[in-house]
Amino acid sequence: MALPSALETQRPSAPGARADAACAPPSAAVDAAADPASGPTGPATPVGPGSISALSDEDLSRLRVVPARHPGRVVLAVVVTLLVALVAWSFATNPRWEWGVVAQWFFAESIIRGLLETLRLTALAGAVGFGLGLVLALMRLSPSSLVSGVAWTFSWVFRSTPMLVQLLLWYNLGYLYERVTLGIPLTDVTFVDARTSDLMTPMLAAVLGLGLHQAAYAAELIRGGILSVDQGQLEAASALGLPARDRSLRIVLPQAMRAILPSAFNEVIGLVKGTSIVYVLAHAELFFTVQLIYGRTQQVLPMLLVATLWYVVITSLLSIGQYYIERHYAKGALRTLPPTPLQRLRAGLRGRGARPTTTSAREGASA
Amino acid sequence: MSTATAPAAAPGATSSTTHAAPRGGLVEIRGVRKSFGDLEVLRGIDLTVRPGEVTAILGPSGSGKSTLLRTINHLEPVDSGLVTLDGEVIGYRRQGDLLHELSEKEVLRQRTRIGMVFQSFNLFAHRTALANITEAPRRALGVPKAQAEARARELLALVGLEDRAGAYPRQLSGGQQQRVAIARALALDPSVLLFDEPTSALDPELVEEVLAVIRGLASAGTTLVIVTHEISFARDVADTVVFMDHGRIVEQGPPSQVIDAPAHERTRSFLQRVRSGGPEAPDATVEHSPVGHGPVGPDSATSPTAAPEDHR
Repeated sequence: MALPSALETQRPSAPGARADAACAPPSAAVDAAADPASGPTGPATPVGPGSISALSDEDLSRLRVVPARHPGRVVLAVVVTLLVALVAWSFATNPRWEWGVVAQWFFAESIIRGLLETLRLTALAGAVGFGLGLVLALMRLSPSSLVSGVAWTFSWVFRSTPMLVQLLLWYNLGYLYERVTLGIPLTDVTFVDARTSDLMTPMLAAVLGLGLHQAAYAAELIRGGILSVDQGQLEAASALGLPARDRSLRIVLPQAMRAILPSAFNEVIGLVKGTSIVYVLAHAELFFTVQLIYGRTQQVLPMLLVATLWYVVITSLLSIGQYYIERHYAKGALRTLPPTPLQRLRAGLRGRGARPTTTSAREGASA
Repeated sequence: MSTATAPAAAPGATSSTTHAAPRGGLVEIRGVRKSFGDLEVLRGIDLTVRPGEVTAILGPSGSGKSTLLRTINHLEPVDSGLVTLDGEVIGYRRQGDLLHELSEKEVLRQRTRIGMVFQSFNLFAHRTALANITEAPRRALGVPKAQAEARARELLALVGLEDRAGAYPRQLSGGQQQRVAIARALALDPSVLLFDEPTSALDPELVEEVLAVIRGLASAGTTLVIVTHEISFARDVADTVVFMDHGRIVEQGPPSQVIDAPAHERTRSFLQRVRSGGPEAPDATVEHSPVGHGPVGPDSATSPTAAPEDHR
């Protein structure tokens, strides 16, 4: 800033240099400096219409920015707020929702037991799904066509069969294969021999059905993430002599996580609610429990609301987790991480009255 | 390596120190051929890189020079021919006329003796500069963490980046990233260091800081093989200059011969074009060679093989 303004104050007293000044300020400066008559503080008359050449440092420091107005946004915000208020009002005041019943059952022991069962199912099916999915994704990327073919076939079969059919097939496996025997083929040695229907509990059928189904989807999702990592990373890791395991797990996967995580959380959240399909196996997770209760009390809507609210709670917690996990894996992908909502809040409270935007930006950079 | 000095000043200053250094490896390439589909990119390459020597490989895009470099550490397996490092065949175990493909573990062990620096740096984006350097010693050689980190800090100091140990690659300039990449390649104490156009992705003003580091290595006695478009740098630092075209070595020899008095028409026309910032090497605009600036006859200077590239 200092240089141009220093030039400009000199220019008016060297009128011959004006034409040059427009296209070549440095040479104009030389001209002006060479002219002994040009004082350092000439009158601040502009060179041409709209020219800023005569502005002094004080003039520049007086300039203020007036933020642009967005009338459309204000109108939209008012309309949306009104609509939300209307919906909230109807929720709160319509007696058919029977909020009293919701409150009465929300923390009931049977509901909590069902909720825990839903969480357990989600965790187990998620672990099976993403664990097997990772293996399948790495298999799909194998140079061996046999290995990648096996992985492809798995995904093909489990993505092609409806989830409901898979659950019922697993649960009724005893009808297809009466006994499960584990031993050495062609000898009499057996380690396990049991009736299939004794082994196949609703829980096991549910975990297998949900987990294998999830694995087929997770495999494609993880494969997509791996493919998004630059080939040069793998090449550099190979050139450095890193073992295959380290190349995959320490170099490629952590970078693939950025691409994988948003969709993976989509899948997990889908899985939380997807567990409700297990009611067909009469397994007492949240949704089945709710059904049992309203079958008895006939308070269908409030009981569905109880289940829904719990799903909302779980999804919200997962979303918060997603934010922080994604932030962790953004390390190195962004020059500076944006501040977390908490950091922004803290910065906002501390810097109240000052200039909130710059304060929070600085907080974020230093955090 | 810690004895490496700042930019070597005079051309040819390296040759006096090279042969005394015990650390450099001997690379021999015999009859190497390589095809990608129908395209034969290497058509029988013979090249010897003596211990501690600096070899610069020049040539137009698509001449096979990068592929040749990548055969040396088996990133690109050859179709026929042999590459050896200190007499040990790369990628295979030779038993009479039989070549047994090495297991991946053995190939990885061989690679730890051959460092490589890439055109696009390929630093691990999710790791700090320090962690990029310690990764291979720790995971491939099992060096304890504290020892690997101490060595990494030495190497960062060697490339002039001791204060950026905690920075992620994206927080570094291109020249700084490439210097970290060089430090990373050095962390395994390789006997050969391969450079694949190390300055081609850099802004002109960042090129020199990387070349200065490479000059320092050249005088420290590691065997260096450098694919480059920097003609004046090649002349300064190389003991041998190799000119490649269409998968063959057109000529090789000391820079005073290949660069200053090329015997082949093809070499001459290429050097001409690179110096004038012509279409053969659009990324070589930083070349400021005082030699051979006059225009060459339009038809006589262009060999038939170069003709298609003129119209790109």
